[in-house]
Amino acid sequence: MPRYAALIYSDADTEGQGSPEDWQAIMDEYSAFGAEAGAAGVVLGGEALEDTDTATTIHVEGGKGGTITTTDGPFAETKEVLGGFYILHADDLDGAIEWAAKIPGAWHGRIEVRPLLEFEE
Amino acid sequence: MSTGVEEILRVEGGQVLATLIRMTRDFELAEDAVQDAAIEALDRWADDLPANPGAWLTTVAKRKALDRIRKESRRVDKETEAVRLLDQGAATDDGGDDRLRLLFTCCHPALAPDAQVALTLRTIGGLTTPEIARAFLVSEPTMGQRISRAKKKIKVAAIPYRVPADQELPERLDAVLAVLYVIYTTGHHAPIGSARGRVDLEDEAIRLGRLLALLMPDEPEAHGLLGLMLATSARRPGRMAPDGSLVLLEDQDRTTWDADLVAEATAEVNSAMQARRVGSYSLQAAVALEHSSAPRYGATDWTRIADLYGLLATVDDSPIVAVNRSVALAKADGPAAGLAVLGGVNGVDGWHLYWAAKASFLEELGHGQDAIEALDLALDCPMNDDDRALLEDRRYRLAEPERR
Repeated sequence: MPRYAALIYSDADTEGQGSPEDWQAIMDEYSAFGAEAGAAGVVLGGEALEDTDTATTIHVEGGKGGTITTTDGPFAETKEVLGGFYILHADDLDGAIEWAAKIPGAWHGRIEVRPLLEFEE
Repeated sequence: MSTGVEEILRVEGGQVLATLIRMTRDFELAEDAVQDAAIEALDRWADDLPANPGAWLTTVAKRKALDRIRKESRRVDKETEAVRLLDQGAATDDGGDDRLRLLFTCCHPALAPDAQVALTLRTIGGLTTPEIARAFLVSEPTMGQRISRAKKKIKVAAIPYRVPADQELPERLDAVLAVLYVIYTTGHHAPIGSARGRVDLEDEAIRLGRLLALLMPDEPEAHGLLGLMLATSARRPGRMAPDGSLVLLEDQDRTTWDADLVAEATAEVNSAMQARRVGSYSLQAAVALEHSSAPRYGATDWTRIADLYGLLATVDDSPIVAVNRSVALAKADGPAAGLAVLGGVNGVDGWHLYWAAKASFLEELGHGQDAIEALDLALDCPMNDDDRALLEDRRYRLAEPERR
């Protein structure tokens, strides 16, 4: 059964905004999703991420062992930021889309669904 | 190599490929296996044509697929797994048509629209990548990359291979219809018989449309789309003058039109119009058929066409439909009626046919100068060369009396 990452993106402008009540409402939506998806055995894992202003981007210049450059902020300065992810187990892409559409981020922002690269042992 | 065998291969090939894709879940492998089987068929069939060529091809292609898996897999367990998959794939045959499943896979919304079109022509239509590249005026490497990216995504992201369930069918069927219609209109607007060896996308779309209507007989819009394409193509022989310029509907020689296609279109439109809620393709088909079945331009039933556009406006609230309705109303009830409808249309300032319609109404009402101004605005809009030539000609003829 293929595994998918459901990457949760939200608008950079609204990151960290909103009243505590708004925040609580969204958390409640995520709890509801977690309960439903957990009962269905779809979610294999997932985490929420701190805001992008806590992100550090690392690049090694000149190949392995080269100079490490670190940059403050996320890799791509885009309007939409990655806020968290789930790892989903689904029969096929339609199944993954069906569950991704239930993640609250799907209406607060966007969900990018990507198949996991499965390495052969 | 007899052309008879090649024709059978072309006719049966699509079905065999679709079945192999279901069994292997691997476009590349399925294509290679069918190719191998076709080579063997060319070799053997010349002397001994099997009673059921499709079944023969499927059996041989399945064997070829296994051969390829054996050759490519270095480990025994991997091969066993592949064989198991293939048997399992064979067992998933629920009696449904593999080509229909494949069509829905190729037109899956997770693929980009241009990839959907290319993949449909490649796998269901059986066209080669160079043929598709030529038809869409892109380079062969670009088209090849587009198709292989789509195949890779189907495999890696596990885009399913099935006809969608009832609740998702309307939306998914719309995507399939849209792909066929894009293929059709691309062919329709292309110069006929220009580049040698160019495939006829108009015919190809009709072939796919017939297949879809056959496989989904209970879907009115499948009949509607087919009817629309047939009714439009019936007029193809009269569409172009010997010098290659477009001939207006009113000036076309209707004896050149294809009566067989009109008859087929009529049957499709009749079945499409039985639906409880008649869809957009069906209504457009009914309009096209009114034109194609009128014995003379003067005998066109403009009142009926205006009514059909009125119905179309309830399912497709676009300014294009409104402008078309105004033209039909003007023919039925006079230019003032057309102008009145145009007055309520918004968002069409950049569309040349809006200004062209307005110019006609104004000219008929005797406002020559206003008509010329409308044509000037039309000529400021983007359009293809044929339309521009027609509009410039009209502008010239309208302005002529002033010069005298």
